[in-house]
Amino acid sequence: MMLEQILNSVKLLYPETTLAVTFCLLILTDLISRKRSNGTALIAPLGLFITAYFVVQQISTGANSIFSNMLAVDSFSIYFKFVILVSAIIVVIFSMQFAELTRGKRSVAEYYALLIALTLGLFLMVGSTNLLMMYLSLELSSISSYILAGYTKEADDSSEASLKYIIYGAVSSGMMLYGISILYGLTGAVDIYGINNALMLTEVNAVTLMIAGILIVVGFGYKISAVPFHFWTPDVYEGAPITITAFLSVASKAAGFAMMIRFFKVAFMNPAVGNLAFGSWATFRGFDWNLILAVLSVLTMTIGNLVAVWQNNLKRLLAYSSIAHAGYMLMGIVVLSNEGIAAILIYFVVYLFMNLGAFYIVMIVANKTGSEDINAYKGLGYRAPLLGVAMTIFLLSLTGIPPTAGFVGKLYIFAALINAKWFWLAIVGVLNSVVSLYYYVRILRNMFLRDPDSSVQPFQISVSQIIIVLMLVVPTILLGLYFGPLVEYAQASVTMFGIH
Amino acid sequence: MSFLGFGILSWATFLPIIGMVLVLLLPKENKSAIRWSAAFFTALQVILAGIIYINFNRGMSGINTQEGFQFVEKATWIDIKSVAWFGRIHIDYFMGIDGLSVLMVILTAIISFIAVFASWGIVKSIKGYFALLLLLDTGMMGVFVSLDFFLFYVFWEIMLLPMYFLIGVWGGPRREYAAIKFFLYTLFGSVLILLAMLALYFSVSVIDPATGEKFHTFNMLAMMNPNNFDPGSILSGLNTSWRYLAFIGLFIGFAIKVPIFPFHTWLPDAHVEAPTAISVILAGVLLKMGTYGLLRVSFPMFPDATLYYQIPLAILGFINIVYGALVAMAQTDFKKLIAYSSISHMGVVVLGMAALNTQGLTGAVFQMFNHGTITAMLFLIVGVIYDRAHTRGLNDFGGLMNQMPKYSGVMVIAFFAALGLPGLSGFISEAFSFLGAFQSFKAITIASTLGIVLTAAYMLWTLQRVFLGTLPDKWKSLPDINGRELFTLVPLAIIVIFLGIYPSPAIDLMTSAVNTLVNVVNQNGGMTLP
Repeated sequence: MMLEQILNSVKLLYPETTLAVTFCLLILTDLISRKRSNGTALIAPLGLFITAYFVVQQISTGANSIFSNMLAVDSFSIYFKFVILVSAIIVVIFSMQFAELTRGKRSVAEYYALLIALTLGLFLMVGSTNLLMMYLSLELSSISSYILAGYTKEADDSSEASLKYIIYGAVSSGMMLYGISILYGLTGAVDIYGINNALMLTEVNAVTLMIAGILIVVGFGYKISAVPFHFWTPDVYEGAPITITAFLSVASKAAGFAMMIRFFKVAFMNPAVGNLAFGSWATFRGFDWNLILAVLSVLTMTIGNLVAVWQNNLKRLLAYSSIAHAGYMLMGIVVLSNEGIAAILIYFVVYLFMNLGAFYIVMIVANKTGSEDINAYKGLGYRAPLLGVAMTIFLLSLTGIPPTAGFVGKLYIFAALINAKWFWLAIVGVLNSVVSLYYYVRILRNMFLRDPDSSVQPFQISVSQIIIVLMLVVPTILLGLYFGPLVEYAQASVTMFGIH
Repeated sequence: MSFLGFGILSWATFLPIIGMVLVLLLPKENKSAIRWSAAFFTALQVILAGIIYINFNRGMSGINTQEGFQFVEKATWIDIKSVAWFGRIHIDYFMGIDGLSVLMVILTAIISFIAVFASWGIVKSIKGYFALLLLLDTGMMGVFVSLDFFLFYVFWEIMLLPMYFLIGVWGGPRREYAAIKFFLYTLFGSVLILLAMLALYFSVSVIDPATGEKFHTFNMLAMMNPNNFDPGSILSGLNTSWRYLAFIGLFIGFAIKVPIFPFHTWLPDAHVEAPTAISVILAGVLLKMGTYGLLRVSFPMFPDATLYYQIPLAILGFINIVYGALVAMAQTDFKKLIAYSSISHMGVVVLGMAALNTQGLTGAVFQMFNHGTITAMLFLIVGVIYDRAHTRGLNDFGGLMNQMPKYSGVMVIAFFAALGLPGLSGFISEAFSFLGAFQSFKAITIASTLGIVLTAAYMLWTLQRVFLGTLPDKWKSLPDINGRELFTLVPLAIIVIFLGIYPSPAIDLMTSAVNTLVNVVNQNGGMTLP
């Protein structure tokens, strides 16, 4: 029995296995080959594509739990695996063009190996259904990110970023571990189904449960950079190589959200209350998780947006903007309904293209001018019209103006709020979009309303860069005009193992 | 009526986009090709507007029944099957016009065409300029023909970006400030519209005749039928506080565009900084979207709230009229004066609308059209003098009447039309508006007529300062208006004079729609639910 179960589980673990193999291959080839070229790096996209193939295979397997409730392979996790994979592939492509990375005598294969390890950690995060597995996968992804954040070690801010990241990460994961141990003490279970069962059957001390929950939220909050656990984000995003910043802002955040949603929904949902058939549920008595999360989301988006207004470094600005976006997405959890979850799923796909797009333009400009300052963008719209227009589309999409994809993402979040009658939160949310317009437009203003300094050269961009920009622009527009398939797929993907 | 499978309204809406693509493909050195292709596509739009005018059936009512609309195009845009916990999502590509929108469609076509010629003198990156102008044109036209709220909202928002750039890149010295102020104000308004739209969406459901399935809809006409509101939904019932709140949300969104006091502060900045052609579009068409939105969305969907807020609406109209006129009187900048006069004149529209009777609404809709043509003329006139003298200070001029006789002739028509001289179109629409308003609220209307006196005062005073008196020496060499400028002004002057003498061609278009709207608001708003 046991052996059979393990064998079955292994079959469902092919994507993760592939990632692990790719990781090992990258390290080995780096040891064997003496050439410091991008050649070895090609293993990374290859491994990612093979992983994608196995994830596609999983779609038809239905909802499964493997390794005695350690990991769930269900449509919810598969959806997030796609988000993570696509952003990983895009980031690998970015990295191959990233000038800063190949500067100095550094082995690039190591960088790709760590990127794959990070992806593996994120894959495990989205599926974990066991507190220990959650913690371990969180650590796996965190440790890879610490090293990657400090990868360009001759840059001071990069090392600073890495150190800050480690300190914040260590504190918050320590708190999370503490919360996990309290929760285990209360319920006697480490897998989230067991916890749910225990909470249903026995009366536990509500205050202690609350404390455990809050401590665990610190861990999640750190991963998705929700205020007030966001302090590491701006420094790390500014200091880390741009490619890593882009990856952290999308994939790492996605995995954090996936884990958080699964944890809340599975562990704290009271099956006796709520109306699951209509896709809404309730938490255990006296346990106003949604109110706490509502406050968290208001803080996150408001502070993210207000601070972003003052930023002049584009990476830092996008860091605060990504904090604000985490706030918008948190609103989707607040409503405690499938509709809200589906809205988050939709948002992530949209966010993937527009945010990576914005970071890509920042990277191209940084490659050329060596600066991430907003003044480097003066007259960009005239020096490189394509980049200017593409950046405009990404920024409008981040603001949420139709007909871009960002509007659809926001539309679904607000629709979920309105339908659940969370009007005050919806109003705070839309007002935040208006605030966000101000700082996104500051970039537009520099690109088009100001003339470039006379000294700067015209801006040449290569064909491959044009292709990549188009690959990101086209979905950003297309998903804004025709979002039916995306919404259908997202709605089908809210299903989690063990919840009907 | 269709061509290549698309109806005339689709063509009217998307022709400028085709023009935009063409302009973008043309080499940037070939300036005249860029200008002429923009002119060509807007001219085609004018021709389409003419075809629409000729074929428009004056008897059809519109407003709340699809049968009452003309040139209807309806196709499924997005259709997402329902899941267990969430209903079907259905968004239509739904266009059609009735008596409310037909004049606006014609106005948009004419003003866009004229704006292209008024932009002939633009030097800085004209490729981008005309591309954005054409994109703006699509957005404006789309708003007036959409009957699906989602589609309406998309067009409503599409206009923001081109407008931001057109003011921000080609505007005056304080263009950055004016452009971002415009952008932030209107976005603030539109997100409130978005929330109200979502609340309406979740409150209204219709039955699919094919499957019998009940689903929520963005169809504007369905939202106007009180029977379609689900019992227990957020906006169900009549005279509930949620309905009032939703009405206020929509109202602020539309009022910012009009602009209605106290949401008007973006307008003078935007007008002063915008290049002439953009001011013409702003005053000629964009402001009308606010009042159009109120008539198309707020009034028929929230008839109860409309009746409840009738008096406050009229008071806001009064404030706009008198406040706008008073502030206009204090201006020394020619363009700013016209901008404030615009606020004053839009107040007449609001007052006429608030009357909620046939005369008042007819006056309001007609005033929307007339203000579009008259104010467009005024801004063109300011543009002509600014291009020559590079100043707009009212006190810098004097005695231009002898120096520029042809120019002054056109100017006199526009000025007198703006102050409501009988025989010119502005008089008729203002008279109708006040007549209608007087039946509903006597005191407010009487107080508002003060605005007419004030308007006459600042208009005549301006005329005196700029055109009469002695000509300063430095302007002795100012050339008179040229052929291109005359070409932009004369068609508008002809419309203003013609409709002043014989307004029926315009009023006939709207009568049945206006009557229907009055009935819908008064019946649905006052009805008691079972």
